[in-house]
Amino acid sequence: MSATISPIAVPPTISSHRRRKDRIFSIALWASVVIALIPLLLIVYRVVRLGVAAVSVSLFAHTALPASMPGGGMKQAFFGTAMIVGIAIVISVPLGVLTGIYLSEYGSGRIASVVRFTAEILLSIPSIVAGAFIWALVVVALGSFSGLAAGVALTVIMWPIMARATEEVLRLVPTELREGGLALGYPRWRVVLRIVLPTAGAGVFTAIMLAVARGLGETAPVLLTALGNDFVNTNPLKPTDAVPLRVYNYAQSAYPAWRALAWGGALMLLVGVLVLSVTARMLSIRQQRRMR
Amino acid sequence: MATVDAPPKAAPATPLSRRRRFGDRAFRWTTLVVSVGLVVMLAMLLWVLADGGWRAIREFGVHFVIGRDWNPVTGRETYGALPFIFGTVVTSLIAMIIAMPIGVGVALFLNESGSAWIKNPLAVLVDLLAAIPSVVYGLWGLFVLVPLFDRTVQPWMSASIGKVPVIGSLFQYKGPGGDIFTAGVILAIMILPIVTAVTREVVSVVSTETREAAMALGATRYETIRLGVLPTARPGIIGAGMLGLGRALGETIAVALVIGNSTNITASLFNPGYTIPAVIANEFREATSAGVHRSALLFLALLLVLIALGMATVSRLLVRRTTRLMGGDVAAQEEAATSTLGMA
Repeated sequence: MSATISPIAVPPTISSHRRRKDRIFSIALWASVVIALIPLLLIVYRVVRLGVAAVSVSLFAHTALPASMPGGGMKQAFFGTAMIVGIAIVISVPLGVLTGIYLSEYGSGRIASVVRFTAEILLSIPSIVAGAFIWALVVVALGSFSGLAAGVALTVIMWPIMARATEEVLRLVPTELREGGLALGYPRWRVVLRIVLPTAGAGVFTAIMLAVARGLGETAPVLLTALGNDFVNTNPLKPTDAVPLRVYNYAQSAYPAWRALAWGGALMLLVGVLVLSVTARMLSIRQQRRMR
Repeated sequence: MATVDAPPKAAPATPLSRRRRFGDRAFRWTTLVVSVGLVVMLAMLLWVLADGGWRAIREFGVHFVIGRDWNPVTGRETYGALPFIFGTVVTSLIAMIIAMPIGVGVALFLNESGSAWIKNPLAVLVDLLAAIPSVVYGLWGLFVLVPLFDRTVQPWMSASIGKVPVIGSLFQYKGPGGDIFTAGVILAIMILPIVTAVTREVVSVVSTETREAAMALGATRYETIRLGVLPTARPGIIGAGMLGLGRALGETIAVALVIGNSTNITASLFNPGYTIPAVIANEFREATSAGVHRSALLFLALLLVLIALGMATVSRLLVRRTTRLMGGDVAAQEEAATSTLGMA
């Protein structure tokens, strides 16, 4: 693809002025890479160091306690996040995958380009807006903040991500496979469900993982819809806690014990999100290699 | 592309059974209806926010956007959102000024130089920046970056650039605590991956021939990029910037934690400020549905989404124009597209 141009290839006839400019440019590119990676290292280092110190049995085993009492935890937040993300997965996976199938398998007309464009711009709506939207739509209608509302708010964010990512991986499936299926007399829908989807299986799974990674760490939409709760709540129609929400609240507190818990929660979030994204990335690289 | 455009018209030996045709049609319609649902959802989002925000705009009119007083106390309610608009614009601009050169630099590095064994891990690392949840950025910003800037960067800048007339007033250090400048820096870190990814996408489609032609003429690497790559990629790079700007405008949690949340509008970047998303996040739960407060916040959300959608639309068009212009190689385009999605 892009040709590798090493500075050695520069012929000796080039004036020192031009060569100096080239050298400075090289250094500037290197410098921008280094500058870009410094925050990543600093953040990961700090979160791991302070987070590990805060991780203990009580982080997972106990619910929130007043700051003056030792041994509080975030059990209710882990439960809540699992419930909210679970609801979001149940709603957004079918929607996202079906939209991806439409875009990839039937997506050559006018409607498809409108849908594709909508998905693209939905990727860039601020997440707090998704929260405000679902607050006005679901929280007001149900009369209460709830885990269900938070799950729907995350769906607003995850649906377009999954749709676009699923489309991309389905497009990697060779046309010959579809033609083969059709030639054997399979109807179109069975070709899609029996041949195309299984062939792209790992890729679709990757798309789901990416969307979940995004939903897991979202704070703003959950803030406006789930409200938070100091106790474990299993009713999806009642206010619910979530890890990012708890981290946000504890970060603003004045108590060292709560701040420490915030770092513990942040570490858990970071680990969850990074594991999902890195695995997804590795799967997709392997998938692409297999397809080509 | 992998789409099978026309359904296979080549009639099979036996005519399609009615049941089978029904299956095909039902499946197609299901996917179509769900897909159109996505468009309906966007329309509903705009409608719900406009409907909810209508009351605030009717009561305060243009004062809503030019007024400087924001007071949700019942009885003395007045809503002027200028401090939030100001803070949002300024923090986003700071983020752009920092993230654009670095992001473009990283993209050029990843595309133009280095060997695969160093490029691929670097690309993954830069993308990981996009995966970090914003509350983690906020926590880090609040407890690491704010104190660090208070101790070193800001007093130092105040003592040096702060002495320069006119622009010096932007850099007056008053005291510790969250501020607009720190929020801008956090935003810069957060939008860097998207700027890098989209810039890579457009730079990668500039044809190899153009590069090789420039090199054959004896251009140095700098000149090749300057004369061969950047001019064709420029609209796309502007598009990358706009996408980054859209992200910066809408970022909520990280900014809310480090900006200091003050509705004063001051010249110095080292003073606390406030942004539109931050005020929505902070006041939404306290806002009662009785007053105009919630309506005012919903209107701010509408404002935010309209700006973000505008940015995203223009950005997509610019990027698409560049890639079409080059008609570049499809494989590279697709690879870049998947990597953009990977970090969306």
